[in-house]
Amino acid sequence: MKSLIDILDFSVEEIEELINTANDIIENPEKYSERCKGKKLATLFFEPSTRTRLSFEAAMYELGGNVIGFSEAASSSASKGESVADTAKVISCYADIIAMRHPKEGAAYVAAKNASVPVINAGDGGHCHPTQTLADLLTIYREKGRLNNLTIGFCGDLKFGRTVHSLINALSRYNKINIILISPEELKLPSYIKKDVLEKKGIPYEQTRRLDEVIPKLDILYMTRVQRERFFNEEDYLRLKDSYILTVEKLKRAKNDMSIMHPLPRVNEISAAIDNDSRACYFKQVLNGKYIRAALILKLLKEASE
Amino acid sequence: MNIDSITNGIIIDHISAGNGMKLYNLLGLDNLNVAVAIIKNIPSKKLIKKDIIKIYSYIDLNFDIIGYVDPKATVNIIKDNKFLKKLNIEMPETLTNVIKCKNPRCITSVEEELDHIFKLKDKENKVYRCIYCEAKAN
Repeated sequence: MKSLIDILDFSVEEIEELINTANDIIENPEKYSERCKGKKLATLFFEPSTRTRLSFEAAMYELGGNVIGFSEAASSSASKGESVADTAKVISCYADIIAMRHPKEGAAYVAAKNASVPVINAGDGGHCHPTQTLADLLTIYREKGRLNNLTIGFCGDLKFGRTVHSLINALSRYNKINIILISPEELKLPSYIKKDVLEKKGIPYEQTRRLDEVIPKLDILYMTRVQRERFFNEEDYLRLKDSYILTVEKLKRAKNDMSIMHPLPRVNEISAAIDNDSRACYFKQVLNGKYIRAALILKLLKEASE
Repeated sequence: MNIDSITNGIIIDHISAGNGMKLYNLLGLDNLNVAVAIIKNIPSKKLIKKDIIKIYSYIDLNFDIIGYVDPKATVNIIKDNKFLKKLNIEMPETLTNVIKCKNPRCITSVEEELDHIFKLKDKENKVYRCIYCEAKAN
């Protein structure tokens, strides 16, 4: 049973297939409006994530399917002590496909091992969030027309930012990718990702603390939020949260066609004054997320039925 | 080290100095009701210093544990004061319930029934990662 737990579960060819389907859904939504008729998606959200859950639900509804599920652990059997494995087995009896968000790392893997329907990891703690990465890849493709030959700057929390880790992993499989890591010392990209992904695959990268110094080189600037929930202590959070803010002033030095991305929600790391700039792509990313999730649901349901 | 003193049993030899006690604990040798000797810091031509564990009986050994702690170790089976067999150890591809994932955010930290499984990700640097959260074993 094919599931999606980590972005690397899919080959470059499979990602290309998803991007093509998503683009076709965008162009011809009516063609897909009944593709999932009679199918049910279970959204099992053991921690709240309204945005991701609604994206999955909207995607399923636009495919003509139905949605069941819960949006927090308190309203699930987890509050009674049920294991993830048992929940996955039970929900497999009700739904055709599962999208699961869980605060613990590896929970989606456990679900996929025990479910008899496909499982989509909708985020497992600080570990993986592959559908965000798919949304990012679709956005890059739609903005740039390619997934290779790009200089991408990642800015902010590169230590705990799982979207950054996943996207770096995904991009490492394309040619001529150049990565610039912009973060304070405390929030640098973990060394194992640099070693196991960037260095192993010979991807050129540089690390800097200054966004303004490198912004002219970038084709894409991927901003991230310094997330309160990833810190063990409040003091560290408060000290670092304002470290990297993109302002209109800083943006003046960027290329005219640089795409600004952000997995959202933002706090204050991108000034609201930038929202109307043609380079701002973060709300398009949200929309693309819905389309790529629809493409993913279609792909996994099709493979499950074969 | 003279092996004459063991008639029938197992000698785990060529353990890098310092790993003897770790192996003793992970193999659960403290729970055995047979004689076990740990000899530490023995001068060795190959390792400069080495540890040796002598088990004065035949027991089922978990070779994955030995391979994880010290893949350079050797296991010698002794019968009637003679070497019966010498086994070379290899680093196992998978470790199941040998070590625990220490990542407090890992699903194994809250679901006790899950097996703790690690996969060998980098043989050269002996890096094992948890299959659930990918945290490095340490």
